[in-house]
Amino acid sequence: MRLEPIAAPSPARTFAPPAIAIAATIAVAALLAALAGANPAQTLGLILKGAAGSKFAALETLNRATPLIFTGLAVAVAFRARLWNIGAEAQLYAGALLTVLIGTQGLPGPLALPLMALGAILAGALVLLGPVILKTRLGVDEVVTTLLLNFVMALLISYLLEGPLKDPMGMGWPKSPSLPRDTRLPRIIDGLRLHWGFALALICAASVWVMQTRTTLGYEIRAVGLNPDAARFAGIPVTRVLLKTALISGGLAALAGFSEVAGLKGNLTTDLSANFGYTGIVVAMLALLHPLGVVISALFVAGIFVGADSMSRAAEVPTYIADLLLACALLFMVLAILLTRFRVVRG
Amino acid sequence: MTELIDILLSASFWAAILRIASPLIFATMGELICERAGVLNLGIEGIMVFGAFAGWVTIYAGGPLWLGVAVAFGAGALFGALHGLLTIPFGLSQHVVGLGITMLATAAAYYAYRLALPEVTNPPRITPFQPLHIPVLSDIPWFGQALFSQTALTWAGFAVTGLTALILYRTPLGLALRAAGENPQAVEAQGLSVTALRMGAVITGSGLMAVGGAFLTMSAFSSFFFEMVNGRGWICIALVVFGAWKPGKALLGALLFAGFDALQIRLQQTGLGQVVPYQVFLMIPYLLSILALIAMSRRAEVPAALMTPFNRGDR
Repeated sequence: MRLEPIAAPSPARTFAPPAIAIAATIAVAALLAALAGANPAQTLGLILKGAAGSKFAALETLNRATPLIFTGLAVAVAFRARLWNIGAEAQLYAGALLTVLIGTQGLPGPLALPLMALGAILAGALVLLGPVILKTRLGVDEVVTTLLLNFVMALLISYLLEGPLKDPMGMGWPKSPSLPRDTRLPRIIDGLRLHWGFALALICAASVWVMQTRTTLGYEIRAVGLNPDAARFAGIPVTRVLLKTALISGGLAALAGFSEVAGLKGNLTTDLSANFGYTGIVVAMLALLHPLGVVISALFVAGIFVGADSMSRAAEVPTYIADLLLACALLFMVLAILLTRFRVVRG
Repeated sequence: MTELIDILLSASFWAAILRIASPLIFATMGELICERAGVLNLGIEGIMVFGAFAGWVTIYAGGPLWLGVAVAFGAGALFGALHGLLTIPFGLSQHVVGLGITMLATAAAYYAYRLALPEVTNPPRITPFQPLHIPVLSDIPWFGQALFSQTALTWAGFAVTGLTALILYRTPLGLALRAAGENPQAVEAQGLSVTALRMGAVITGSGLMAVGGAFLTMSAFSSFFFEMVNGRGWICIALVVFGAWKPGKALLGALLFAGFDALQIRLQQTGLGQVVPYQVFLMIPYLLSILALIAMSRRAEVPAALMTPFNRGDR
């Protein structure tokens, strides 16, 4: 078989493959539920209800989506330049670490919060800068280095939380001291469990969109991603563009850590992130790397996780169904997008 | 210092090196075969997780040990076929598909494990491969324990390495495989199918990765638990680079790496372990892998067509 580009795709060509991908994902969900001995329709209903069936459920989904918007944006920005940042998890923890370090210094809230965010951004950016310098200087593949740094960072955080950063009031648990009240992100609306981290995530998505579509850097990032050699030939400073991309991407991932600590948890633990860094890759890919799409795709992914959590409390279906569904959705979707532009021919 | 010498002189240290290296050897050979044919397989981490589960569950259900190895290989080959289908004829991004396969295989293993054992805190144990007694050699004092107290699966790993080298460098198939990773147009010009060669490589390689994972449950830990693969797959990708895409060098890399790993575990028990936090020791394998990548970056002999999809008719 061979792939042949389609010059002018018909509307059916454009919309049918993604629709089939969504249908196939739902079919897999039903199959997995049946495998677990549960009623497929009921299981799907419970996931939907758990994700958006009540005010509480919807707020839970929005909270869960917040770190995913940040990590999804981090991945989308980097992948656009074909910079394979798989280390959002490490950058997130670096951001969370600086958030706690600065937030517990006794500074007044209005001064502390911007410093915490700034410190987080710098830390995350630095964590990604290392692998990118290795890539641009020595040609070391950044996929493996960023992946490996996730494990190093997890161990570093584990050491800090058992050693110098351990909360003396923590009854022996490995957790950091809690942030004082006034250095936490307030709720957007009193009484509703949704903090300003969510608003910050939306602002970041809009800013990234503006950066990508309205600035020279955005144009350069796209050019580097499409063809680095051609970009270099056209006079674009490829290395500098990659370094700038790394700073933005690492900073965005770190803001996920800032927002989780300052907005939701109030302290740092080794399980702060439920694989938000890795899930950010799915979020970004489902959004086709579009920054505004990332918001929608993060809400969808968060909904599946929150819904599956709530469903598994009622039905005997393991929560890992959420991870399985997202992996399927990712693979189905990348194939579907390809099939909107190419035709499979024999020979 | 005396403690270091004590460690180096203990037979159990050398036996540990071979044991720690075994899963890495299988998976590194698997990755090497894929990459030599031109496909980066980032599904390795998840395929190892699924292999660990598949091997374990076969024995847990009462199957014989070698059937567990075969089931793991088969399961890995299936994930490999999916990876190959999406990246070879469809030419999708090997990065994205590989990470997707890792997520899929990992989640599938965890989901199936939770289905099989809904509420277990202590993972059930199986009777794993036992050390293979080799007449004469295993009875030599010290050496017998240091070098000849391994399970059959470890020896199979060495055999796979030899076989990989033999096929890659001494057979027409190996030549075609390497050419598919260097100059696919030339392969097509010879009337061979790049797609078939690459598919075969990814399917076989993924099977080997799964056997590497199965080693963990069937020869090292005797039970399946979450996050047991713990980045070993990513380390294997670094080992392929470190070994300059050559089976022999990659094997040496795996042994060297396992040596440092066995050493750090033992150093934790010494006076050094009193001063240095254990997390620093645990970081060593990952940091070493990064260092290996940096060290080899200058003289990378990366297959020229690695990560380049081949679409017949394109020029």
